[in-house]
Amino acid sequence: MEYKFDQKARYSKTHEWVRMDGAEAVVGITDYAQNKLSDVVFTDLPAVGKVLTKESAFMVIESVKAAEEVFAPVSGAVTARNEKLVKAPELVNKDPFGDGWLVRVRLSDVKELDSLMDLASYRKLVETL
Amino acid sequence: MSFIPNTDADRAHMLSAIGVASTAELFHDVPKDFRFPRLDLPAALSEHEVLGQLDALSRLNAQGPQTPSFLGAGAYNHFIPAVVDAMVSRSEFATAYTPYQPEVSQGTLQAIFEYQSMIARLTGMEISNASHYDGATSTAEAVIMALNVAQREKKRVLLSAGVHPQYRAVVRTYTQGMGLTVTGDESTSIGFDQLGDLCDESTACVVVQYPDFLGRVAEPAQLSGLAKRVHACGALLVVVANPVALGLLVPPGEMGADVVAGEGQALGNHLSFGGPYLGFFAFRRDHIRKSSGRIAGETVDQDGRRSYVFTLSTREQHIRREKATSNICTNQSLNALTAAVYLTALGPRGLRRVAELCWHKAHYLASRVGSLSGYSVTKGEFFHEFAVRCPRPVSRINARLFEKHGIVGGYDLGADYPELRDAMLLCCTEVTTKEQIDRLVAALEDCRNA
Repeated sequence: MEYKFDQKARYSKTHEWVRMDGAEAVVGITDYAQNKLSDVVFTDLPAVGKVLTKESAFMVIESVKAAEEVFAPVSGAVTARNEKLVKAPELVNKDPFGDGWLVRVRLSDVKELDSLMDLASYRKLVETL
Repeated sequence: MSFIPNTDADRAHMLSAIGVASTAELFHDVPKDFRFPRLDLPAALSEHEVLGQLDALSRLNAQGPQTPSFLGAGAYNHFIPAVVDAMVSRSEFATAYTPYQPEVSQGTLQAIFEYQSMIARLTGMEISNASHYDGATSTAEAVIMALNVAQREKKRVLLSAGVHPQYRAVVRTYTQGMGLTVTGDESTSIGFDQLGDLCDESTACVVVQYPDFLGRVAEPAQLSGLAKRVHACGALLVVVANPVALGLLVPPGEMGADVVAGEGQALGNHLSFGGPYLGFFAFRRDHIRKSSGRIAGETVDQDGRRSYVFTLSTREQHIRREKATSNICTNQSLNALTAAVYLTALGPRGLRRVAELCWHKAHYLASRVGSLSGYSVTKGEFFHEFAVRCPRPVSRINARLFEKHGIVGGYDLGADYPELRDAMLLCCTEVTTKEQIDRLVAALEDCRNA
């Protein structure tokens, strides 16, 4: 199975990605994760303002097969959520690194990014799965 | 004789696999005295003798039109057309369960779908689930739905004192351990305005009843006004409703309710000593992913023929595993079917006629009781129940009504509402006759002095 990756993103062991966009970070789940979930039918997005803690579950994604928690790859406050997913949750499947993003976060500690995997390490992780 | 599918050889094999000599040994942790206690039972009777005993017992019941009952308080004595029991007694329908392999049970799914459609229309909501156990559990599920809509971040639940006391107790039982503050029902003097004042950003939902437990019917403008204030706080408005009253009253969905829940017994289900009943549960599409229970839907198969499917069961453990927020995987299918057949038999006009008869009879009773000295009927609009302040303790009045006059009196409100000590909740339905009402009025007059 060939998965898509994003060169600019950093990755968590639990298959979330985070990518800096100006001062904020964009967070989503990886192509590998969406593929394992299969068709996404609901994203239980957190409210704007909710403070995420690295490695804690902050939302649930439901697919036709399962309901899985999404873990925060970084800590910080949610500044925006992808409202398009309310009507079109399938964007998570179609474009996990683009239109299928989940939330934007104002990082509370930029150094946390260093603890995440880069593309090469994450690709290696996925290949072992 | 009990049927045990395992052969002796099977059992010996299983016992040896776990290293136990006999089945009895599996019970050795149960203290010996309790293992096979002596049951002091009388000698067995023949079937014929048992029937005779039960028949004799049943004759001790006060029943039928010769013992009129004015007891309501959540369970209502309505006429049930014969077609209802005839339809629901068909063996194809005899299951309490929503099927686990739904597609092979098209008839069951269609019945559930039609029930849902009728409940949605009656309540003025977009979606109904396949039903819950009873009014109390569907009310509690509505509260849990509101907590989930708020992603469990809001910890306050406001209940009106007008919500059935037992439903409020079940809400508290269901939500214990969630760290919630459940409040607002300390007194019947807390009206919609005060509930609106109490509602804040930390409030997940406000629950009111319509007509309320005391039979009172809020003005549509009051309910819509409350809905606006509740929504302004980002909370949900849960309306517990009487479905028969909805045959006549403005549906809660038209007044801003987010969830309409309640007891469906009044729709063609027998009183049966308190159950089994069914809880109905209807809501707006926005929150469908947080809804409880199961939803059947209509679709077409690959040849374009109409067919039915299980569309959704979003909160259950077979989908969500340990993240399930409802452990209810069953519904009250047979009772829901009963409600659907009843509603079909009556139609919207028939249901409205039933509701009108209930209203008129209760109002006739209220006007008669209100003119008795010593009794006072509480003011305000009501449907088919109303509170009456009595000159003597309700328990004593009820005892005399039953023993001397052969009448089952009203519900004693004092235990649930200290401010309504010596007040009784009286109910009339379409089966109550004028003669019965006049008998009750004369008997109440007699009870005043006795």
